[in-house]
Amino acid sequence: MDALMIGTIIKILIILLIVSAIAGFGTYIERKVLAFMQRRLGPMHVGPFGLLQIAADGIKLFTKEDIIPQNANKFIFSLAPTITAATAFIAMAALPLFPTFTIPEALPLIGGAIVPSVIADINIGILFILGTMAAGLYGPLLAGMAQSNKWGILGSARTAVQFLSYEVVTGLSVLAPIMLVGSLSLIDFNDAQIGGIGSWLIWQQPVAFILFLIAGFAETNRTPFDLLEHEAEIISGYVTEYSGLRWGMFFIGEYTNMVTISIIAAVVFCGGYNDIGFVSGWLLFILKVVFFFFLMLWVRAAWPHVRPDQMMWLCWKVLMPLAVVNVVITGIIIML
Amino acid sequence: MAHIEEHKETQIAQTEKQNYVMLNLGKTPDYGMPAFIQVVKRSLSLELLKGLGVTFREMINGLFRGKMHTTKYPFEKLPIAPRYRAIHEMLRLLESGHYRCIGCGLCEKICISNCIAMETRYDENQRKEVSEYTINFGRCIFCGYCAEVCPELAIVHGGRYETAGEQRAGFSLFEDMLTPIDKLKEQKEFAGFGSVSPNADENIKKTPLAY
Repeated sequence: MDALMIGTIIKILIILLIVSAIAGFGTYIERKVLAFMQRRLGPMHVGPFGLLQIAADGIKLFTKEDIIPQNANKFIFSLAPTITAATAFIAMAALPLFPTFTIPEALPLIGGAIVPSVIADINIGILFILGTMAAGLYGPLLAGMAQSNKWGILGSARTAVQFLSYEVVTGLSVLAPIMLVGSLSLIDFNDAQIGGIGSWLIWQQPVAFILFLIAGFAETNRTPFDLLEHEAEIISGYVTEYSGLRWGMFFIGEYTNMVTISIIAAVVFCGGYNDIGFVSGWLLFILKVVFFFFLMLWVRAAWPHVRPDQMMWLCWKVLMPLAVVNVVITGIIIML
Repeated sequence: MAHIEEHKETQIAQTEKQNYVMLNLGKTPDYGMPAFIQVVKRSLSLELLKGLGVTFREMINGLFRGKMHTTKYPFEKLPIAPRYRAIHEMLRLLESGHYRCIGCGLCEKICISNCIAMETRYDENQRKEVSEYTINFGRCIFCGYCAEVCPELAIVHGGRYETAGEQRAGFSLFEDMLTPIDKLKEQKEFAGFGSVSPNADENIKKTPLAY
C-alpha cells in the first residue's frame, strides 16, 4: 500500500470516530448552551460539569427496549434510521477537513503516510455532499410513513414539504460561489480563498452566504425550521414511535449533518483551512466550524419555530427569488 | 449563596418592582403591500439579530455575572416563608426547659382530619401531663388549626417540608417533634399564624378597668 492509501484510511478512521463522537458530544454542548442562554445550569451531576452525561445517555439508549409498533412496516421501520446516519457520514467523504499533512517518519507502521485533506477529492464535491444530505431526508420520510402513527405521517408530510422548499435555495445559493470559483471541488474553493480574510467569498457573496445558512438550517432540521419533530404540534413527528438505538441513530445523523453544514459554510464562504498570518489553518478551521455549530444552538435558544406554510412562503417567495437575482447579478459581474 | 438572597429579595419586592411596559405594535397587516412593507422593514432592521443579542446577553449574565437562576435543590434550599405550614414542632419553655404543652386537648378537638390523638393524666403535683401524643401525618392536611388554637404556642409548624413517605400512615410521636433539650437555645419562636405579632407590645392598651 502506498503512503496516500494508508493516509486515506487514517482519515476515514478519524472522521468516523471523531465526528461520531462529536455528534454525540454535540447533544451535551447543545443542552449546556441552551441552559446557559436560559440562565440554567444544564447537566451537572454526571462527571465534572456533567461531562459524562453523554455516557449516561448512551447507556440509556443502548439498554432501552427496542419497540416496533404492531402495524408498522418492520423492514422500512428498521431501515430508516440507517439511511439518516449513513448518508450523513457518506457526505463527509467529500469534505475537506484539515490541510494535507504527512505523518512523521519516526512513527512506526503509519510513518510517512500522507493524510489528504479530503477522503475522496471528486470533481463534483459540493454537489455530491448536498445530494447525499438530501438523500438523507429519505430517513425521516420513510420512518414517518412506516410507523403507522398519525404523528409520524404528519412528520413525513412535513419532511416532504421542507425538502421541496429548501433544496432549491441550497442549490441556487451555492451556485453563485461556484460560478466565481469555477469548480465544484471543495479543495478548489479552499484554494481560491488563500489570501487572508479579505479574499473570503463571504465578502463577495454575502447574500448567498445568508441564504445558504438559512437553507442549511432547514436541511439539518434546526430550530427555525424544526417542522419534522416539532414537539408542541406533532409530539415528535417522524421519531414518535422510535426508541433506543434507532432513535439515537437519527440523532447521530442530525448532529453529523450539523457538523457537515458548518464545515461547508466554513470552506465555501469563510476561507476554509488556510493559514492567516501566523495562525495555523487547523486552529482557524476548528474555530470556524465551532462558531457555526454554536450559531445553530444560539438560534435555537433565540428564535421561535415557523409554521410549514411560512416555511414554504419563505423559501419559494423570498429566498428563491433572492437567490436567482444573486446568481444573475453574479453572472453579469463575471461577464463584465 | 448570592442567588438565594436575590430570590428572597425578589419575593418580597415583586409586587412593588413590577412595572409593565405595553408594546404598541399596531395592527398586524395581513395582505398585500402593508404586509410586504412590514416584512422588508423587519428584515432590514435586523430584528432577528436583536433576538440573538438578548439570548447572548443572558448567557453572559448567567455565566459571568452570577445571575444563574438554578437552585441545586437537594443541596441548597430556598428560604421558606415564616407562615409556611410544614411538619409540626413541639416547643419547650425557654426558662425551665419543660415542654409547653399543658394537655388542654384543644388541638385534638379542633383537628378537622382527626389526625391528632392525645392522652393526658395528672402527675404527682396534680398538673396535667402528656402521656401519649401522636400526629398521623398520613391524614394531616396541614391546615394549621392546631397551631392557631394552641393557647401556649406549644404546637407550631416548623420548616421541614420534605415529607415523602412509604406508607399511608406516618405517625410522629411527641418526643420526636419536641425540641431536643440540648438544642433549647436554638429553638426559634414560631412566627406563623396564631403567633404573637411582631408589634404586639405597641398594641397593648390598658384595660378599661384601669380608668
